[in-house]
Amino acid sequence: MSDSPFTQLWRSGLWTDNPALVKLLGLCPLLAVSNNAVNGMGLGIATLLTLLVANALTSMLRPILDNSIRIPVYVLIIATAVTVIELTMKAWLPGLHASLGIFLPLIVTNCLIIGRAEAFASRNPVRDSIHDALAMGTGFLWVLVVLGSIREMVGQGTLLDDVELLFGDYARPWTIQLFDADYGMLVALLPPGAFFTLGILLALKNCGDQSSVLVRQPLLWLRRSFF
Amino acid sequence: MNRWFRTGLVLGACVMGAIAVLVLVYSLTQNRIENTQQEWLSSSLHTLLPEGPYDNDPIDTVQWLSVAALGSTEPAPVYTVYQNQSPYAAVLTISTQDGYNGKIQLLLGLDFCGTIIGARVTQHSETPGLGDDIELRRSDWITEFNEVSLSTTENNDWTVKQAGGTFDAFTGATITPRAVIKAIHRALQWYEVNRHLVFAI
Repeated sequence: MSDSPFTQLWRSGLWTDNPALVKLLGLCPLLAVSNNAVNGMGLGIATLLTLLVANALTSMLRPILDNSIRIPVYVLIIATAVTVIELTMKAWLPGLHASLGIFLPLIVTNCLIIGRAEAFASRNPVRDSIHDALAMGTGFLWVLVVLGSIREMVGQGTLLDDVELLFGDYARPWTIQLFDADYGMLVALLPPGAFFTLGILLALKNCGDQSSVLVRQPLLWLRRSFF
Repeated sequence: MNRWFRTGLVLGACVMGAIAVLVLVYSLTQNRIENTQQEWLSSSLHTLLPEGPYDNDPIDTVQWLSVAALGSTEPAPVYTVYQNQSPYAAVLTISTQDGYNGKIQLLLGLDFCGTIIGARVTQHSETPGLGDDIELRRSDWITEFNEVSLSTTENNDWTVKQAGGTFDAFTGATITPRAVIKAIHRALQWYEVNRHLVFAI
């Protein structure tokens, strides 16, 4: 297969090396904030932006950064980016800021970000690093949103509850009430529910990957032997 | 020596760059953040105060009181409004540690005589789906306190119905409502005796 490097970056970020489903990086915010889809989306977007800034700057500073100050400078870049995002969110999306709470500043400690800066951006050109940040960030974002949606749906029977925190008042009708909150399984909203749901997602992903191998291998073999 | 100098310079430049960015963003957002917080506060205060007009904006008369009966040794804001130069109503910030999980903070609006106009939970970490029914957006439980005062509800009735009181509890969670009821009761008792500390009379 002759994939362009960008396609490869995107495939690994979204699926084969997905930060949340394969590398299991940044689990603390992933599990804590995924109690509904909107929180997940908010934290996912904040993480994506931080990752983008961190990767781009790390890659740009590559020629002048000495090994001895590499890590401190990464931490500085990440902390600055997170503070900027936090201040902006506090000013324009105060409701979402309040509901993400401590997990917004904690993006600084998300090992996904320093991991990508160190493992990818520090040895690749700026354009690749930006692609990598977008791909990894989107990979983290979609898992957060899916995890949040499932937990919200099972736990309180809604989808996109509190959507006005992110998109403003006109988005209020987007909330879908599937069934009455009293019939929800509370455990899905509590911390154990986060682990259960993530575990099921991991299992589904691995199962899907394996079965696609099981289907593909015989097909390849058939093709090789007959054509 | 030269290499160390260069490294230090790069690190210094990065720090200066970061500071510059932060100063810029801070100065751009600061006003807006303060405005949003003020707006939020003033809109929530107005739902807890009786019909106007008042002589003053409640935010302008804020006093910081540290009173153990209001639940915290930290100073907590108390807002007052006056009508025709006489005390009219107050909003107390009260908190309690008796909840299921850490601190519960409320705003409690009282008229001068000590009748509750409204109460709102502003901060808590109670169990989602069980204890968070104390929030108005989840259930209207908290409105049970409207128009309640020490004279409408006897001392013994300040508890949940299961314990012979007047207030409902939610299914599966009694610790949280008990904590809120107790905190409000304690605040009312304090206000009854210490009204002169809240208003300039």
